[in-house]
Amino acid sequence: MADCQETLNELESYLDSELSDARVAEIIGHLKGCVDCQGAYEFHAELRTVIKTKAQNEELPEGFLDRLLECFGDDVLGAD
Amino acid sequence: MGAREDFTTDAMQYAPQLFSTALRMTRNRADAEDLVQETFLKGWRAFESYQDGTNLRAWLFRIMTNTFINKYNSQQRKPQETELDEVEEMFLFRRMGAFDQSKMNQSAEDQMLELFTDEEVKNAIEELPETFRVPVLLSDVEGFSYKEIAEMLDVPIGTVMSRLHRGRKAMQKMLYEYAKERGLVDESLLDPQD
Repeated sequence: MADCQETLNELESYLDSELSDARVAEIIGHLKGCVDCQGAYEFHAELRTVIKTKAQNEELPEGFLDRLLECFGDDVLGAD
Repeated sequence: MGAREDFTTDAMQYAPQLFSTALRMTRNRADAEDLVQETFLKGWRAFESYQDGTNLRAWLFRIMTNTFINKYNSQQRKPQETELDEVEEMFLFRRMGAFDQSKMNQSAEDQMLELFTDEEVKNAIEELPETFRVPVLLSDVEGFSYKEIAEMLDVPIGTVMSRLHRGRKAMQKMLYEYAKERGLVDESLLDPQD
């Protein structure tokens, strides 16, 4: 099982889903028994959600999608 | 031309995501629209090199990232690693005790979601130097893997990881400063040991 230091060091990679299955199991094993690390995990997981939610869904400029469709024309291909 | 029609339909579904990330990259709506248009033009012309089964979304983001770096950001090639101050680990987490509960009217559960406004989160990303902003956008907002981002930026995976790490810490510090400016923080509540 991972200790506190290892868990905190690897929290970011864990949240990025970049750890091996075996390592994930070790980190989860530690989180289950450690309230402090669990708190750090929950905080950073929620922060990710906040950032992802708030930085998306921009209002598109008027007519944007119509102008984009013009990028897919035969004339565009002929222009090369 | 059926394949080309499919390509058009498939690519268009990613237009809103591409625009949103383009806006964070360029920080300007007109430039963001130009960037997405250029991405689609290049994608359409390079269609022959796109192989069915390739991840279209990652392919389009790769074209857009390359275009942005080459066109809007000629300084990207120069190292900017020193442009960010070092920020301590878990900067925001260690300071959550300083958020004055009496000035917040949300339940603890909603707190973080309500703590920072959309504008503050967008600003925190946009204030990052390009070197850090682009990987943070591609990971935190668009959810690409280290490997995909490394390919898009043409840098080693270790470089992606270190830029993400430093960029995220800097973003946390900015979010904290924004909260402080809004009077949500009382630093006397912090444990001096921290």
